[in-house]
Amino acid sequence: MDALLFLFFALVAVGCGINLVVQTHPISSALSLIGVMGSLAVLYLLLGAEFMAMAQLIVYAGAIMVLFIFVIMLLNAGVERKKGTSMLVKALGVPALVAFLGMVSYLIQRLMPGTENVTFGAFQGGTVQAIGRKLFTEYLLPFEVTSVLILIAILGAVVLARKEI
Amino acid sequence: MEFIILSFVKAALVAAVLLTLAAYLVWIERKVLAHIQLRVGPYRVGPHGLLQPLSDLIKLMTKEGVMPAQVNKFYYLLAPFLAVFLALISISVVPFGTEVEVFGIKTYMQLTDVNIGLLVILAISAMGVYGIALGGWASNNKYALLGGLRSSAQMISYELPMSIAIASPLLMANTLSLREIADSQSGFVWGFIPNWYIFQGYGTLFIAFMIFITAAFAETNRVPFDLPEAENELVAGFHTEYSSTCFAAFFTAEYINMVTISALATHLFLGGWHPLFPEPVAGIVPILIFGSAGVVLLFHASQTSSTRPWDRYTFPLFGLVSLGLAGLFTLPMLPLPDVLLAIGKAIHPLFWFAAKVGAILFLYIWIRGTLPRFRFDQLMKFAWQFLFPVALINMLVVGLIVALR
Repeated sequence: MDALLFLFFALVAVGCGINLVVQTHPISSALSLIGVMGSLAVLYLLLGAEFMAMAQLIVYAGAIMVLFIFVIMLLNAGVERKKGTSMLVKALGVPALVAFLGMVSYLIQRLMPGTENVTFGAFQGGTVQAIGRKLFTEYLLPFEVTSVLILIAILGAVVLARKEI
Repeated sequence: MEFIILSFVKAALVAAVLLTLAAYLVWIERKVLAHIQLRVGPYRVGPHGLLQPLSDLIKLMTKEGVMPAQVNKFYYLLAPFLAVFLALISISVVPFGTEVEVFGIKTYMQLTDVNIGLLVILAISAMGVYGIALGGWASNNKYALLGGLRSSAQMISYELPMSIAIASPLLMANTLSLREIADSQSGFVWGFIPNWYIFQGYGTLFIAFMIFITAAFAETNRVPFDLPEAENELVAGFHTEYSSTCFAAFFTAEYINMVTISALATHLFLGGWHPLFPEPVAGIVPILIFGSAGVVLLFHASQTSSTRPWDRYTFPLFGLVSLGLAGLFTLPMLPLPDVLLAIGKAIHPLFWFAAKVGAILFLYIWIRGTLPRFRFDQLMKFAWQFLFPVALINMLVVGLIVALR
């Protein structure tokens, strides 16, 4: 069951990812990106990282992508026109891509043995309690520094917007 | 295998009840609004207009669906589907009552009990913007586009105070599962004040409740925050170009979202299915309510006026139904076989849950009958300059109270 679900949502993620690049309309690309994020959230769920899955949906699919779509709609961006591609790209594009992907997958296979559990720092388990406890004890300093960083970004945005008025 | 069959049965049951409820919510809204404005409301189709939802449904289904020229067909059709789909998904984690035993199978009155239930609802309500924004954009109409943009801006803005307001009862309950949150609110303080979160935290959780309800109104695009479909500026907002079944889909999604968010408020602040009164009284209250309603209806049946001839038949009918319901609630008090006793025990929590959700839904309609619409800049100012800071400070105070407890 798990393997089937993984296969299905992995395929959806890859399909949406390809669709993102292929589509010419910005809205279609943005919606494909939402599809990628949604299927990634399901993959997180399958790995037992329930909090990460929901954070992925709330933050990326729910908030950031809404802003993307908002901007695309406001700017009323139209369909992209295809520019003429050179003969070199047409001839070598697909082989180069296949070679690159093969190299990356080989490296991953070599560097990461498949039997070991994947861990991320000191985080154990994906429940909200586990992540919260680690975040506010062991990783308190990075957490606070990140929040200050985001605050600076917000202040910068406000200052930039104010100059326009 | 049993699990799959059970899930299918429960899903079908929940979807059927929810869609019927959404249809009748429209009837109730029209009736209540009519009585607020000293009118009668729907009255012609069926007794007291009770078949009005059915006729509305037939009307919407059989109407010609007009698709305007030059729309983006795929997204135009995707948007209403997405709206209903997301609205129906989020109810799946909401529990309706305690554990019940049907034909020897023990199950919760809930589709799935996930331990991140609240986050699931937040995530899906965050995704709910897409249905509206996409519908507005794909219609190729400036009013629809403006409605969609307004809606997405409004929903992003009000999601912040809503999420922060939700955090306060979470700090008290220490869990994200809606079932555990509801269960943590059982019992009474001094024997008569229920242990609900709205009464706790020295009034801070009441403020959180008010913020939550306000933001919930904006999230569901209801008056006074129904800017996305403000009819005197935007024709009908994001669903201007939708007709027939597609329009019905948007309409249904809005009402289902209202039910979901009311259920969420009930679980977070109003104690879920736990009764308002301590035990001996709590068992009698539903019997009293339905019994007195039945008696009053039967009494009025004997003195109907000639202008409303149907009342002679409908009043006794409704009276008898009411008395039957009252009889149903007396089941747990009688010496009966186990099957009937189980039904009696299951419907009491259901009654309290439905009563609280109904009260919040009534508040929705009541406010629609009372308040005028905001202006858009007022709406945004209200969210960012008042609701958001108040919610933040309030959550800090709640955190302090929880830490010192």
